[in-house]
Parts: sequence; C-alpha cells; structure tokens
Amino acid sequence: MSGLDKPPRRLEFRDAAQGRALRARLDHAVERLGREVTLMHVCGSHEQAMARYGLRASFPRALRVQMGPGCPVCVTDAPEIDACISLAAKGVRVLTFGDMLRVPGRAMSLDDARAAGARVEVVYGANQAARIARESSEPVLFFATGFETTAVATAALLLDDPPDNLVVLSAHKWVPAAMEVVAQVPESRIEGFLAAGHAATITGFGVFEPFVERYRLPVVVGGFEPLDILSALVLLVEQVAAGRSEVVNAYPRCVTREGNRRAVEALFNVFDTDDGDWRGIARIPSGNLKLKKAFARWDARERFGLELATAPPFEERASASECRCGAIMSGLSEPSDCQHFGKACKPDAPVGACMVSTEGACRIWYEHGIEGRR
Amino acid sequence: MCLGVPGKIVSIDDMLGVVDFWGVQREVALHIVDEPVAVGDYVLVHVGFAIRRIPPEDIARTLEFFEELSAEDLEGVSPKREGTT
Repeated sequence: MSGLDKPPRRLEFRDAAQGRALRARLDHAVERLGREVTLMHVCGSHEQAMARYGLRASFPRALRVQMGPGCPVCVTDAPEIDACISLAAKGVRVLTFGDMLRVPGRAMSLDDARAAGARVEVVYGANQAARIARESSEPVLFFATGFETTAVATAALLLDDPPDNLVVLSAHKWVPAAMEVVAQVPESRIEGFLAAGHAATITGFGVFEPFVERYRLPVVVGGFEPLDILSALVLLVEQVAAGRSEVVNAYPRCVTREGNRRAVEALFNVFDTDDGDWRGIARIPSGNLKLKKAFARWDARERFGLELATAPPFEERASASECRCGAIMSGLSEPSDCQHFGKACKPDAPVGACMVSTEGACRIWYEHGIEGRR
Repeated sequence: MCLGVPGKIVSIDDMLGVVDFWGVQREVALHIVDEPVAVGDYVLVHVGFAIRRIPPEDIARTLEFFEELSAEDLEGVSPKREGTT
C-alpha cells in the first residue's frame, strides 16, 4: 500500500507504524554497535522538530544527538551587534529579524537600544527590508543574519535593483565551513553529521563530499518531519556500525546532488566567503559571507566605514564569561551541563545567545523541559 | 529565521507568487526557485522566497524511501520482532 498517487496531507510524513519500524531499526543499529555513539546536527529546525515530536525521549540510551553550530542567531558575533547598536544610536534606522533583538552584544542588545530610543524594527525577510527602504529616503540598514539559505534571499534582493538608501550589514554564515572546524575539535566525539535539509536544498548534497573524504565521517542530509529525522539517524548509525562514511540523501523530495543552481549562482554573484568569528566557537576559515566589491555601495562596512575589529570596547557582563554556548555548539557540552541553564539563564533573562533564539539549543531544551542526561 | 515550509502555489504574477500554506496564504518571491513553477505546484519556501519546486515524483520517491527503510526492519532486522529475540 503505497498511496503514491496521492501526496500526504500538508506534505507531512508522520505515519505511526513506519515511525515505530524506524525506531526499532535505530534501536537495533545502536545495539549492534554495542557502545555509545554521538552524532551532531547543525540546524535549529532539527532541534525544534526533535523536541516537538518528542523524538529525543525515544532515542536509545547509547545514542547522543548533539546540536552543533546550527543557530544563525547564536553564532552572530557580538561586535556586529555592537556595530548595529552604535549605528542605531546615531539615528540610523535598523531592520533585522525578530530573533536578533535580544541577543546580547558586549554591553547591551538591540532591544535594549530600542528601549533607550534607537530605531530598531523587525522584518520577516530581505524583501520586506527592500520595500521599507523604497518607501523612505533616509538610509535604512538591514542587519542580514542567517546561513546560506537566508543569504540567498539577501543575494536575490541585491540583484534586483535595490534602492540606494538600503544598506546591508552582512553577518551571513556558510555552514559547511563550520562543520570542518567542529570535526577538527580534538576532544570531539562526533561520529556523523545530520546535515540540514534546507541549506542542502540550496547547496546540494555534493557540497559535503569533500568533507566526508577528508574526515571519514558520514553525512546524511535530512528533512524536518519525524520520519525524515528517524530515517537519517538510522542511516547514520548504520554507517558508523559498518565503518562506512558516505554522503546519503535522506530528503529526496527537496535535495539533489547539485542543489538549486540558480540560487547558488545568485549567492556567489553577491558574496565571497571570508574568514570570520563565530560567536563562542572560533574564527572559522571561509565561514562568513561578505559582500563582493561590486556591491560596495550597499555594504554597511563601506558606507559607514565600519571596522568591526575595532568597534568601541564595551564592558562584558560578569556571567557572560561563564556562558557555555561555545562548548555546546562545538558538540562538547549539552545545555544541561551549564551551571546557568534554567537558573541565571532563562529566555526572559538570557546570559548567552543559545537561550535567546527560538533556534538555540538552550532555549529549545528549556521550553520543552528537556533535561539532558546528567 | 531558518524555517522552510512547503506550500502550494495558487497564483503567479511575474516574480511574485501567492502560496497557500494549508489555510494561510502569503506572497512569495519566485526569483530563485530552481525551475519554472505553475499554479498547483508544491514549493518549499524560506524567508519569503520559494527555493525549490517539489515535484510530485519526488514526493512519491520519499514515500517509497520510507516504505523501504521501515519495511526492511519488518523483514527480520529488528531484535524486537516477535520470534527473533
């Protein structure tokens, strides 16, 4: 009984019997391995889906699935937030995604700046930022954060006759570069990666082939429905058990080997990769996406002469230095390992960025009551 | 921010489509979708841009993929299956 003639309602893939069968297969694969195995995913939407469908509670004891640097808000570096705050304080109208508002800069967040009178507004996407700029004559700064999936939208905006008063501060990031750094962490126990299906919809799964070749770690691209995630985990653990490392596409309705060529072309017509700091993790070679010279007139760094490395020094808050976001995003700790988790650090008073964003591991664990294993 | 959602195209005006997300309709930019789209197509939408036409045959492939992967288990891989433990 395949039902192939009729797509599932809402394109949801949640068949309970298949879910049970996949869970049994996952149990079996882990049991056959006969030891603990740690996998990493790199997408806040995967963490949200695992929490929403209660998947973590059903994982075999010996399987650890850790969230890596998969939250774009969490890895946006403080100096970039500080630069936005200082521009906003000078009267520049700043537009950004809602998740960015409460991320701590070194002294304050954009939300604090807004409370103090700065003009900081929330937009849903690059298109809305362009529309607002077109309706205005003053400079409008779009603080563009997000991984390649979101950067593509910024690229499309800049290729579509953008208004002159629109200025973009790119804090866009390129995830494949961060996977390399995480794989190189000496204490890392990660034996396989669940790659983010929507980023791979853009880049194609071919982007992971050199990585697999270099690190001999399996990569399985997965979607965000319960069956997508369970399938991907089965295919990862079975590869670990068999000593194989291959790229496998477990999200065939959206991901191809080449990806969306039109989008990748737009992306690299507008951006170059550049070394950049990922908050709490490391300076990541080729981890940032900066605007090419041809787009200098829309580039906040050029227009406002921003030198992020020498942004005005702020005093860090005391608890910030004890924040373990970096270790969590590198796969070395779980949220519940942090002394501040759920105590000094909560969504309404976050210490670190992972508790701010709805895509942050700490926020998701806190809101879903996930306790971790210790 | 990083949330991809599938929906169905209900109208198209040049580079702007209207997509129905099972009850909620939103305008969606079509500048970077991977192949030409038509009314009735499924698309994956991310931050206001369609990033993929989801072909019906790939939806069928997904169903087959889950069937195969979950069926192999029922053929005796699982230690929990009656009679095999």
